[in-house]
Amino acid sequence: MTDTLYELTDLSKCYTRGRESLVIFEELSMTIERGDFIAIMGPSGSGKTTLLNLLGGIDRPSGGQVVCDGLRIDTLSQSRLARWRASHIGFIFQFYNLMPTLNAAQNVELPLLLTRLSNKERKRRVKTALDVVKLNERAKHRTRQLSGGQQQRVAIARALVADPDVLLCDEPTGDLDRTTADEILQTLQLLNKQLGKTVVMVTHDPAAAKYAKRKLHLDKGRFVEQGEAS
Amino acid sequence: MNDLTLVRKSLFRKKTRAILLIVSIMTAFLIFGVLSSVDRAFNALIEQTPADRLITSNKIHFTLSMPIAYYNRVQTAEGVQDVTHASWFMGYYQEEVNFVQAYAVEMKSYLRVYSELVMPEEQRQALLAGRTCIAVGADLAEQYDWSVGDRFPLGSAIWSKADGSRIWDVDVCAIFTTQSRDNPTTYLMLHYDYYNESLAFNRDQLGWMVLLTGDPGNNDAVIAAVDGQFANSRTETETTTEAAFSQAFLGQFGNIGLILSSVAGAAFAAILMIVGTTMVMAVHERVREMAVMKTLGFPAPRIFAHVLAESVLLSLTGGILGLALAVGMNAMISQIPAISLPALRLTPLTMIQAFAIMIGFGVLTGLAPAINAMRINTVTALGKE
Repeated sequence: MTDTLYELTDLSKCYTRGRESLVIFEELSMTIERGDFIAIMGPSGSGKTTLLNLLGGIDRPSGGQVVCDGLRIDTLSQSRLARWRASHIGFIFQFYNLMPTLNAAQNVELPLLLTRLSNKERKRRVKTALDVVKLNERAKHRTRQLSGGQQQRVAIARALVADPDVLLCDEPTGDLDRTTADEILQTLQLLNKQLGKTVVMVTHDPAAAKYAKRKLHLDKGRFVEQGEAS
Repeated sequence: MNDLTLVRKSLFRKKTRAILLIVSIMTAFLIFGVLSSVDRAFNALIEQTPADRLITSNKIHFTLSMPIAYYNRVQTAEGVQDVTHASWFMGYYQEEVNFVQAYAVEMKSYLRVYSELVMPEEQRQALLAGRTCIAVGADLAEQYDWSVGDRFPLGSAIWSKADGSRIWDVDVCAIFTTQSRDNPTTYLMLHYDYYNESLAFNRDQLGWMVLLTGDPGNNDAVIAAVDGQFANSRTETETTTEAAFSQAFLGQFGNIGLILSSVAGAAFAAILMIVGTTMVMAVHERVREMAVMKTLGFPAPRIFAHVLAESVLLSLTGGILGLALAVGMNAMISQIPAISLPALRLTPLTMIQAFAIMIGFGVLTGLAPAINAMRINTVTALGKE
């Protein structure tokens, strides 16, 4: 028996620039099961990141519906969407997007400022999240003192710390060497397998996609190929 | 960590820039603090004069003198309870650059009319008895290290003696303080008779008279009676309340309140623009970070509040440092006898005004960048498709 987490129905997205209308995709439908690990691949401009933004509720579709766990998120107000993201979604970006003024632990703690957790509980969760990415000894280090791989691990810990259902990863290994990329991908795989996190990852890298359970190829606004990852 | 940590870290993201901004704001509040203190000190001088004390001076200009005979005539004017007189002396000690505020006064009546002057009784008796005796204000005595029993030559920058000298040898017989610490004690008084008897010119003239009416309600009648006596004479008089006289005296330097508010206003306006522009730039640099915060679930109003709080924190930091410096500066200025403003200090009202300005300044400079931050389009700011 499957447990559908996301249900995207007839989703379309277009941008208007002056008189020109740029269609990213039209009537796109798909489902994502809870606990899945999906790699979305495709050429630049195919709408991979746009799709990720719609899944994360930081962008709105031009048409269609995005339903997550029974909640239609494309019609939520900005404030409700913000609250929903804080408790359900963890984002991981290609360039880490850590706060340069904060140390690793403070970066991880950032999403917890949106909760009512006590200071002590927040500290405990930060420690656990940093343990998961094996970076506790660097907790007090500023981001500029960390390597790219370490920064991405901090970003994963930040995405993880509020215990979200879904991790949305946008080219998480795009800025890393192969060895470090593999470490990051193994961590994501671990989070998917052991903690049951649903992972949706956008990537250009076929080697990265191999870590996913499912691969989706997006081109010209359509899924042209999809199948189980090898 | 809490929101304040985030605000503080953001503010000091670029330390040099933050410090320069704080120094700018500090300078504005230093100017505000000192100028407000000066304005208040001037007003305190005026406000503390008794309402029933009048000044009669030469109608043409208060620096011109009038005959000593006027003193006797004013004493008998209806409604005048007491009267004394004083004359400009323009003193100096040893060298003319050492200016000493000095007045030649009819000592006995002067001490009666200026009852706020306080000195030990035996010094008062000695002062009244000795022809060459002077009473020195405590701050002036401290400046020149004078004490009772000292004798020194007191020069005058405007008067000469018949023998060609400009020096009066005087004895310090009394050192006075005042009942209120807002009143200056940076001047001295010598006996009019001692000064007058050896003058080479302008003998038997006085500078101004000070009258007590006993009741402010009698002021108008006394003014009319006194000035009426000398109307159409060679030397007409003009009588006003001492407060009005002080106001006019200070007015010769210009509209002090307007000057002070203009200088402080100009400083604030200039710094407002600098800080406002810098805040806009600072937020622009952090657009991506704010977009990330929004992505993490920080609602737009909270990001708005962060930026506004950052601006207010910047203003408060600079402002508090500026006020602290103003306190030190006031203390230094108060030590300069020539300025004669012992009441130079920050009052609670000035502090409240300053804090209100700090908050207002912070909100004003932070509002536009905070609105910009709140309106950041997350997708665009993250630089994606």
